[in-house]
Amino acid sequence: MTTVAATAHAAHAHHDDRSFIQKYIFSTDHKIIGIQFLFLSLFFLLVGGLLAMQIRWQLAYPGKPMPFGNLLPETMAPGGILLPEYYLQLVTMHGTFMVFFAIMLLLVGVYANFLIPLKIGAHDMAFPRINMASFWSAFASGAVMLASLFVPEGSSRAGWTMYAPLSARHDYSGAEFGQEMWSISIILFGLSSILGSLNYITTVINNRCAGMTWFRMPLSVWALFITAILGLLAVPVLAGAAIMLLFEQILGTHFFDPAAGGQPILWQHLFWFFGHPEVYILILPAMGMVSELVANGSRKPIFGYHSMVFAIAGIAFLGWIVWGHHMFVSGMNPTLGSSFMVSTLLIAVPSAIKVFNWMGTMWRGNLRFHVPMLHGVAFIAMFTIGGLSGIFMAATPVDMFIHDTYFIVAHLHYVLFGGSLFAIFGAIVFWYPKMFGRMMNEGWGKVHFWLTFIFYNGTFFPMHINGMAGHMRRLYDPTVYDFLKPYQPMNEFITICAFLLYGSQIIFFVNFWWSMFKGKKAPLNPWDDNGLEWSTPSPAPHGNWETLPTVYRGPYEFSVPGASEDYLPQNRKLPTDRDPVMSPAAGH
Amino acid sequence: MSQAMAGAMDPPFPAERGIEVYNKKLGMWIFLASEVMFFAALIGSYVILRFGATGEWAKPGIVLSIQITAFNTFLLICSSVSMVKAYAAIQDGFPDKMKFWLLMTILGGACFVGIQVYEYIHLVEHGFVPSGFREGSHLAELVENGTLPAATMGLYGSTFYTMTGFHGFHVTCGVIAMLYLYLFKALPGKYTSQDFGGIEVVGLYWHFVDLVWIILFTIVYLV
Repeated sequence: MTTVAATAHAAHAHHDDRSFIQKYIFSTDHKIIGIQFLFLSLFFLLVGGLLAMQIRWQLAYPGKPMPFGNLLPETMAPGGILLPEYYLQLVTMHGTFMVFFAIMLLLVGVYANFLIPLKIGAHDMAFPRINMASFWSAFASGAVMLASLFVPEGSSRAGWTMYAPLSARHDYSGAEFGQEMWSISIILFGLSSILGSLNYITTVINNRCAGMTWFRMPLSVWALFITAILGLLAVPVLAGAAIMLLFEQILGTHFFDPAAGGQPILWQHLFWFFGHPEVYILILPAMGMVSELVANGSRKPIFGYHSMVFAIAGIAFLGWIVWGHHMFVSGMNPTLGSSFMVSTLLIAVPSAIKVFNWMGTMWRGNLRFHVPMLHGVAFIAMFTIGGLSGIFMAATPVDMFIHDTYFIVAHLHYVLFGGSLFAIFGAIVFWYPKMFGRMMNEGWGKVHFWLTFIFYNGTFFPMHINGMAGHMRRLYDPTVYDFLKPYQPMNEFITICAFLLYGSQIIFFVNFWWSMFKGKKAPLNPWDDNGLEWSTPSPAPHGNWETLPTVYRGPYEFSVPGASEDYLPQNRKLPTDRDPVMSPAAGH
Repeated sequence: MSQAMAGAMDPPFPAERGIEVYNKKLGMWIFLASEVMFFAALIGSYVILRFGATGEWAKPGIVLSIQITAFNTFLLICSSVSMVKAYAAIQDGFPDKMKFWLLMTILGGACFVGIQVYEYIHLVEHGFVPSGFREGSHLAELVENGTLPAATMGLYGSTFYTMTGFHGFHVTCGVIAMLYLYLFKALPGKYTSQDFGGIEVVGLYWHFVDLVWIILFTIVYLV
């Protein structure tokens, strides 16, 4: 196996004598780990989407046999008709897969790993072996979660928020071992997340190359760094809560059991104390990456770089003091509710700063609508809609009315799909040449973008209307309520759009796999970008650079007057540039 | 790689000025921040459950033995001291002294875990379990004659076993880590007065675990 590795990478600067397993399976190279995370999370994205398709079928055509439904076992869908208990597993697992294993891993697992060392000029992460442990515990966590669907009595069915006491007692929800597996999987996931976070933070603080000062860091690195701090401090709270939930089931403790003095609301506080920083874990890296895509596509420096950084930090800070807005209807003191309302509304300020800065960046730019730019622009538009609908929910009196309706479902999909996932698609296309050395097909990329954009809006925008009409979240059969009957055609419309949306992703996946082997070979700097990652071959060799680059300027020097090209890489030394002052350690 | 050019306990090179701390130590501090949040979740829940409980809480010293645990606390503090001695010894260039004090720390930690296991076995025999008290046990009698409040015994058991159990788990991890350093780093003589990062990093963890125990001992056993 040593020979395989040696021939495969003979062209690279570093002599590489690691075996195949060391290189591609138990790899400590941050780029390989990033790609491993990419495959894992795209798999969960597909699985989560498949569960969503079943949810949509049931909502549009309740009680009718689902196409291919007879492939499911009797315990899930006898005769292709979804059982209510299976439907609840679907909504629970769809949320869990998408939040933890698709979006969070795609943003933090993939791009923090892949981008941080390449963008700050480091050979690798600070702790490569801890990084590997982080991937494999995420893998184990995902495997346990996926397996929980197939154990007797099925997976947990308490919703992805796992509200106690429904989640805490088997006789309440009807789930058996599947419920414990949720907790076990989340504990493993927490371990993975903490190991990853401490690695990213250490790397960004201590491993930047010469000249890469804090305020020359690309916004994606800033966002991933601040996200890592959020993950580091929020995820252990979820792990602690999941441990209590697990003990509730296997040791018979009474944390959340009101009959023995426990407090069900305690679970909600713990969950949302994690859960709200988690919301920003799911959007901040997307914002950071969109800043890269939009600046590149506009051929202009990012508008208000410093205010972008402080807005990220501001959102992250405010994210800690708003968790109560998920619990307005849990019977909290109205005064406390008001303070949560005010802190939540404050988040609109840094968010708006970011949106206006992106628009300021595009204003009178020399726009290049390549596929990543299209996704970046879609992100800005969709995130704005999602952000505005968020203000409805932040206002307590309005939230009382729309709480737990499809309005919430629409809102969270506007920020998580319309926001995060569009940014992720853009980032995948943008950094694909760096990962695999080939370009993704531009034409099919645009087809995928437009179909996704249209069907995405067709799927999620009408949910606002259904929600305003009172359509409950996690409802099994909307036709049993007279007041929802006029909205049933809307449900059918949403479902048809959702199927087309899922179908459009086939284009993306075919493009993804086809380009890996048959795509156009990537030039050194395919997007005319300034980042350090484009100063090393694609795919980058083990160790990234023979000698680390030196940085002379910020990452967004596009269209500099008098320059020969419309971009100026961070590491290109101009005659007027002085060498950076090195830290004392450099004297060794 | 160029990192190797700088000393093992210097910040990586060449680098922009980060924090003048080497990566492993910085990583441990960051990890401890996350551990603080983990214990904050457990201890915070205990505080909320105890002060939000409708009934009275069990008085200290009835279910749990303060004497044994006070001795155990003393043992853990001593092991923290011996950890400092090991650190100071290797810093001054005395590897043999370091090995001795590291071994003392391992013994102290192992004894702590042993006594905790003994305590658990004893408590379960008396009928104190995570779900509260077992029917027909010694503890059940105490509940019956009013010495212990029936309403909050379930919460008492839940919080006690979860908090002390996870602390014990952390001590066990620390003992394993120190044993690894002792066998594979200290004994083969890999530590010098220039390079003793492992001792410093595991020492930070050990002092943190000790600190958590002092908080737990106070709020679980004494009040």
